Amino acid sequence: MTQPTTEPQSEIDLARAEEEALIARDIHAFLKQNEEKELLRLCAVGSVDDGKSTLIGRLLHDSKGVYDDQLAEATRTTDAGERAIDFARLTDGLRAEREQGITIDVAYRYFSTPARKFIIADTPGHVQYTRNMATGASTANVAIILIDARLGVLTQSRRHGYISDLLGIPHLLVAVNKMDLVDYGEARFNEIAADFRAFTDQLGFTSVTFIPVSALLGVNIVEASPARTPWYTGPTVLKFLEQVAIRKDVNLTDFRMPVQTVIRPNLDYRGFAGQVCSGVIAKGDAITVLPSGKQSTVRAIDTYDGELQRAWPPTAVVLRLADEIDISRGDVIVRSDNLPRLSRHHTADVVWMSDSPLDRARSYLIKHGTTYARVNVEAIDWRVDLETLNPIADVAELKLNDIARVRFVSHKPLVTDSYRKNRSMGAFILIDPVSNNTVGAAMIVESDELGADEAAVGGTEVRPRERARRLGHKAGIIHLFGGEDDAQRTALVFAVERRLFDAGALSVALDDGDPRYADARLGGQLSAAAKRLSDAGLIVVSGAFAEAAPGTAALSVDLAGLPLPDLDRATAAVLDLAQSAGLIAAR
Amino acid sequence: MRDAAPLDPAVLDAPTTSHLRALEAESIHIFREVAAEFNNPVMLYSIGKDSSVLARLAMKAFAPGKPPFPFLHVDTTWKFQEMYEFRARFAEENGVNLQVHINPDGIARGVNPFDSGSQVHTNVMKTQGLLQALNHYGYDAAFGGARREEEKSRAKERIYSFRDRFHQWDPKNQRPELWNLYNGKIWKGESIRAFPLSNWTELDIWQYVYLENIPVVPLYFGKERPVINMNGTLIMVDDERILQKLPNARVEQRMVRFRTLGCYPLSGAIESAAKDVPEIIQEMMLTRMSERQNRLIDKDEEGSMEQKKKEGYF
Repeated sequence: MTQPTTEPQSEIDLARAEEEALIARDIHAFLKQNEEKELLRLCAVGSVDDGKSTLIGRLLHDSKGVYDDQLAEATRTTDAGERAIDFARLTDGLRAEREQGITIDVAYRYFSTPARKFIIADTPGHVQYTRNMATGASTANVAIILIDARLGVLTQSRRHGYISDLLGIPHLLVAVNKMDLVDYGEARFNEIAADFRAFTDQLGFTSVTFIPVSALLGVNIVEASPARTPWYTGPTVLKFLEQVAIRKDVNLTDFRMPVQTVIRPNLDYRGFAGQVCSGVIAKGDAITVLPSGKQSTVRAIDTYDGELQRAWPPTAVVLRLADEIDISRGDVIVRSDNLPRLSRHHTADVVWMSDSPLDRARSYLIKHGTTYARVNVEAIDWRVDLETLNPIADVAELKLNDIARVRFVSHKPLVTDSYRKNRSMGAFILIDPVSNNTVGAAMIVESDELGADEAAVGGTEVRPRERARRLGHKAGIIHLFGGEDDAQRTALVFAVERRLFDAGALSVALDDGDPRYADARLGGQLSAAAKRLSDAGLIVVSGAFAEAAPGTAALSVDLAGLPLPDLDRATAAVLDLAQSAGLIAAR
Repeated sequence: MRDAAPLDPAVLDAPTTSHLRALEAESIHIFREVAAEFNNPVMLYSIGKDSSVLARLAMKAFAPGKPPFPFLHVDTTWKFQEMYEFRARFAEENGVNLQVHINPDGIARGVNPFDSGSQVHTNVMKTQGLLQALNHYGYDAAFGGARREEEKSRAKERIYSFRDRFHQWDPKNQRPELWNLYNGKIWKGESIRAFPLSNWTELDIWQYVYLENIPVVPLYFGKERPVINMNGTLIMVDDERILQKLPNARVEQRMVRFRTLGCYPLSGAIESAAKDVPEIIQEMMLTRMSERQNRLIDKDEEGSMEQKKKEGYF
């Protein structure tokens, strides 16, 4: 795609001209101004032919982010004899990709304007490159996605929006491209914007902005085009990127600092080096070190350039504490008045990035903050259908580019926040411990507290909740009582056991009418067995009273309330009650 | 909808972080991660401006201590004299452990930029020399000053760039790199190259040199220097060797400086009178030529840098 070079005149151009004049006139003033520029990271997502490379090429070129020799390389003489810039050629990278004519991996580009410095993660948009998109999106403040004005909102548009949101990008910019091919129609633009907004309203973006553009012709990319889109009064793409408010996106509430290393140059100095990943810390603040829970106060915040009174993200600091406490790499220093979760159980959204599927029988290594830990997969709750974005249950395995809701158990407690609240403490990568490859990325939805219900009982390291996850149902005792007829009750006990078993539960009948246990009838042995079996995670169906084990459910059903003597209906009624009690999942 | 994090009024006045401070923090984080995760890291030091910035960031990362790793210069014996002088001063002033490695095979074979050609010279003295040093000392991580902006094939380079036990880089099989969670797991014999300056641009580097008052080799500043015009590229006469190789060359005095520094017979000068860092930035901003334009090795063939990197060059 080539386009004759033009000589644009505009507001942005004037700002650029002013900056150049300043550089020429007073370089020190320029340097002072440039020193204060803010950094914005954006993720540009697109597929072959939707004009993403052209759009980025435009941004680089029109903001003078391209050097003359690079420009010369991308300039070709057209058949008509005109000199034309192939904007897409400004951004393509490795030779193999050039040969195939598509962008595969994430490529990073840089440009700056008088307002900001920009880092563009240029990511491919095809579904088979979902992992690359997730990579580029992980650090972005803004996502740019392109929608072809002729084609409107496509499956891939929704997928791009969904993944941008999943990776926690706060701001979404939707460039409705190729407006030149729909005669710059306002109605068409509005239709697409309304269509897509109905979708993004269900997501978590802080802001969603639509801009009608033609990347090829440079319409509304850097220059506003009142002649072509007189009905559009919003910002151009570049103006939006220069002005979008990103400061509020930084979490300044929850102070967290994973310790990277201990600095100990001599016997008198012991400091803990790390990057403030969220929140603010001040000299004198009370802190807690996790997972140990030890407490102290901040004696000094040191840097090479001297002490700081306060520090906020992303500053790299060295903390000195008032007390001599044992702290090492992987620990997290937090403010004592704002504690994160300390947990072994984590529910997370996972993007699988490896050609080898996730193997639920294996354990994986994760890196979270500055610590590595082993994790096991407890369950895959669902996988996202990347076409419809609907969840699919009964997932056997995760394959390359799959996105799924997964429950993990870590072999040691991790210090976590939810990803929505805190990108740094809510993210981890999954590493295959054999190949050492990075095989997945995870965004924590929630970590369970190390609460009473999963405290180890009687010395066991296996918690009731873990058993429930393995078996797919809670443990408990269904006690069937009352009724006139012992034989009828015994028949019902066995019928309920059978039906529960058929429904996938590990059920066991313990009834004093059971001839197998005739000799155990006396002395409360059945009751003890029922308690022990429920403790093991089973659902016990009993005609005799039994006390439930701690952390398990107890359901008592009076036979007088059941539609007996119809055994089938009575059994169904008991199962309904078990379901209502949360013992088993809805069928 | 996402919960907007409630802002603590006490922190609302926290100033924004400028892009340079954000880049600085990112680089320091990378230095500390690598130093903590690897057994035997080394920092590759090339004497140029990027190395000067890299060294300052390394000092910052471990202050008030010193960087817990040595610096390594892979010498080709063809650097500018002023670079050698700067190197000696740098090591002394900063109190770092600086090792110098010269490929003895290359010296024995008499490899030089004139008779061997730039490709062979660079391959033997730089790439092979580097690999010898890495193998000899058993380094499992090497910091380099490469920036993604420098060259197209670098745009997709990772911050932790994995190398197999033959030091080879496989551009098609790079580990995904998300957030600032760098995967530092390797097996024995494998290694990584770590690039703390990945997200810095040439302007960022100069701006930081200026802001932090970091010493750089004086060759970056304009001065009357003896040069030979070789097919449009100005090559400085830094010592007698070039005159022995090119006895008929016409030497002229020109006001020149260098945008990148390497082996002097392979580093083209530009005509410039820029006398200090602000003037360099001024010139750069107003002319805008890609900085490797005058480094001859990149032009040998299309995609040559990608090829060199696969072989183990930075």
